[in-house]
Amino acid sequence: MAFFVMSLFGLLALRFIYLQITQYTHYQTLAENNRISMVPIVPNRGLILDKNGVVLAHNFFVYTLEITPSKAGNLKTTIAELGQLLQISKADIKRFAKLKSESRNFESIPIRTHLNEIEAAHFAVNHYRFPGVAIKSRLYRHYPLGKFGAHMIGYIGRINSKDLVALEKSGDLSNYKGSYHIGKSGVEQFYETQLHGQTGFEQVETDADGHAVRVIARSAPVPGTNLVLSVDSKLQEIAETAFGNRRGALVAINPKTGAVLSYVSQPGFDPNLFVDGIDVDNWKWLNESLDKPLVNRPIRGIYPPGSTFKPFVAMAGLENAKRLPPYRISDPGFYSLANSRHRYRDWKPDGHGMVDMQKAITVSCDTFFYGLALDLGIVRLTDFVRHFGFGAKSGIDIRGENAGLLPTPEWKMRRFKQPWYQGETVIVGIGQGYTLVTPMQLAQATATLANNGVAMRPHTVVAMQSPATGRTVNVAPVVQDRIPLKAENIAIVKQGMMDVTLPGGTAASVGANAGYSIAAKTGTAQVIGIKQNAKYDSSSINERHRDHALFIAYAPADNPTIAMAVIVENGGHGGSAAGPIARKVMDYYLLGKSPNEPAVKPTKAKAVQPAGHNESAHDE
Amino acid sequence: MNKFFKPLLVHIDSFLMGCLFFTLMVGLFVLYSASGQDFSKVYDQTVNIVLAFSVMWLAANIAPHQLERIAMPLYVLGVVLLVAVELVGSTSHGAQRWLNLGVTKIQPSEIMRIAMPMMLAWYFTKLEVRPSAKHFAQAGLLLLVPVALVMKQPDLGTALLITAAGFYVLFLAGLSWKLLLGGTLSLAIAAPFLWTLLHDYQRRRIEILFDPSQDPLGSGYHTIQAMIAIGSGGFAGKGWLNGTQAQLDFIPERTTDFIFAVFSEEFGLLGNLLLLSLFSLIILRGLVIASEAKSTFGRLLAGSIALTFFTYAFVNMGMVSGILPVVGVPLPLISYGGTSMVMLCLGLGILMSIATHKNVVAT
Repeated sequence: MAFFVMSLFGLLALRFIYLQITQYTHYQTLAENNRISMVPIVPNRGLILDKNGVVLAHNFFVYTLEITPSKAGNLKTTIAELGQLLQISKADIKRFAKLKSESRNFESIPIRTHLNEIEAAHFAVNHYRFPGVAIKSRLYRHYPLGKFGAHMIGYIGRINSKDLVALEKSGDLSNYKGSYHIGKSGVEQFYETQLHGQTGFEQVETDADGHAVRVIARSAPVPGTNLVLSVDSKLQEIAETAFGNRRGALVAINPKTGAVLSYVSQPGFDPNLFVDGIDVDNWKWLNESLDKPLVNRPIRGIYPPGSTFKPFVAMAGLENAKRLPPYRISDPGFYSLANSRHRYRDWKPDGHGMVDMQKAITVSCDTFFYGLALDLGIVRLTDFVRHFGFGAKSGIDIRGENAGLLPTPEWKMRRFKQPWYQGETVIVGIGQGYTLVTPMQLAQATATLANNGVAMRPHTVVAMQSPATGRTVNVAPVVQDRIPLKAENIAIVKQGMMDVTLPGGTAASVGANAGYSIAAKTGTAQVIGIKQNAKYDSSSINERHRDHALFIAYAPADNPTIAMAVIVENGGHGGSAAGPIARKVMDYYLLGKSPNEPAVKPTKAKAVQPAGHNESAHDE
Repeated sequence: MNKFFKPLLVHIDSFLMGCLFFTLMVGLFVLYSASGQDFSKVYDQTVNIVLAFSVMWLAANIAPHQLERIAMPLYVLGVVLLVAVELVGSTSHGAQRWLNLGVTKIQPSEIMRIAMPMMLAWYFTKLEVRPSAKHFAQAGLLLLVPVALVMKQPDLGTALLITAAGFYVLFLAGLSWKLLLGGTLSLAIAAPFLWTLLHDYQRRRIEILFDPSQDPLGSGYHTIQAMIAIGSGGFAGKGWLNGTQAQLDFIPERTTDFIFAVFSEEFGLLGNLLLLSLFSLIILRGLVIASEAKSTFGRLLAGSIALTFFTYAFVNMGMVSGILPVVGVPLPLISYGGTSMVMLCLGLGILMSIATHKNVVAT
């Protein structure tokens, strides 16, 4: 054993002799006269384009003034002297201190960003006075359309300690050497790996002042992948502008592929504010505004579906052989449980007369659906509509989805320790009660219905282009589920929805002079959660207590290429508040027709750069 | 005076104590330099040493047959705690290693480092016959279960040391070279197959482990800078507090895993050979104690402790000087840190106990 120990220690001793005697001069040179530093070469982040190649996110260069602490001597005096030369604010110094605490000493850290040419030149002349300080150019992210599509595109922000932990865990940390930003939301976050690219590096010998003497080794960075979205930025503008200053959400999907055609969360925000660290005032405003501009309403906003739930309850009924034609009821304008005097009222006090399934959808007959829901029972009802994606995340390529809520007796027992009451089943039939859906789920369910029960996974990215090879890979549509629905049952529900936009339907005005057929359903959802607004002035309360307006639609009804859900918060009735927004979107998508009034000033459109104008041609 | 102290020191092995004391002194000087002349670190480390000495003294005063008695319960406790970590442990830096007991947090894998050789030594003592292949297989299983649990945390460095500690017992108990060779061969044959089962990122990590230059901005950077530090130290070193690599912050983790690079830069080849000699003396003394031990248990345990200490030193110096992949193993008695210090001194205490309890007949 002693022999084993001594021979291995002998091996070590030989290694030391090799390093410290044989190779001494080599290492001595490296250590004493030169320093080797590893300079990461950050890859260009991939562009984000709309389906026509309009740039939604791109990169541009800015000059930054950077300090390498290990080479700079006394940092305090260095910064003070730099401050006499250039403008350095307290915020700059604060940010520098924060970055320094997160970096290693030999890394270059920006003290000032966005230097103009004059400032850069001014420093260059005085460079000799500042060892370890250098002008560098870094890529910054820019979103040319500003607030349009902000919740879908998302934004990047500075890498924080939480991101660092995640990167270390996934083993990607060294690929982020030199990177200062990472996707924080939306597509920017979901496709971070593809957009970022592979960091290259240069092994350089530097003299004692930190100047590069020669490059010893180099590996080129691999630029990030460009992403092509399925949205049309013009359509996006039309949809967002159609909301005016109202709050709400819109999701439009191609039912045949699941491609997202428009994704609106109103009010929006300018993602450019986040790129270089958002300032305190804007952050405060965005967070504290009653309108909650940062909430990603299509996937995070949960609303009672109201009457837009009825087509799915109708499918549940028909597929379970309830209310098959020629079943009809005579609607007195209310519904009562067998041994109760409580009246569940129809929205039309006198009732709708004789009502079958198809008409019940067209006129949105509450009485009809109260009875159907009770007949089905809560478990059978929720089990069925779950197939349409309610109560589960849709799987869209944006993080942070809320799963909504499909209530069941077990759920209520868990949540409230109370049994389920029949009356609660009755109101689920008209999309009230505990039921909560996201606009995304509602749009996805509508698309699934439009596609005769074949659910496609919703997605925003339809193609990925590699700038290195120039190759484009299309993202194939994915079938998420095939609900086995009977064709005759689908026909009944679809006919009922088509009649909604015809005279006599609840959204007749939406369908007027369309030039194509629209299948739709209106909805109105009672606002809950009054308490949180209680402290604000009365006029504001009243407005915010109004019902939410909902609208689902697909068109052309016989061969749908667009399906959507629109929610206008506190908008009142779905047909009049949300319907016209849907109509504008469909008009543009199907007919190429823009709304009468110009949506955006022409100058805005000019700021949009064509895809050919491509900064990523640069190497650094 | 003498009357009072003599009973206290009767179980202290003066030769081991001398080497230990001298090595620790060297360690404190290096730490002062490596920490950027931060006296508070030296103070903290001194506290660690005092604590470790207390543990060592206690261990030295427990007779080996007492240790033999607690070997199995300690092992079982260790396994139970490791399972508990797996189920309810707290995660830090992506690894689940700690068990929160309310008052204090413990790291059960540390217990395993001493419980493993004790358990296996106990197992082979209990056999009382020449161990056959079947017995070695059973012992191998006893070794494998805790190692797998530690690997899963994941803590590669500790898993490696536990494996080494257990393996040395098997070897000292007479594990034949044939079996050893067979095991190595079957592992070599299985390796390509296992490789295909790994995720891409796992493969990449292993590739980087063996070839740091593939990741020059990450762990490869450590090795490159450490080698420059060692090489530029030359024959006699740059002198205490004068290492440019160390003082200018080019060496990462320079008070813990990479402290050897600081030492080597400032004290040169002479310093390295001195340190190797000190470690050799400690290890050889341990092996002598093992060979003179009266019981099988004492022989196996002492041998394993001495060889595990060697593994520590060899793996750390090997990785810092660039001949072994970088795994998180500290340099014994020199690296900053309380846990490793206490565990090492506990081991040395057990060695002293085995050395000084020769007259007591083991059960």
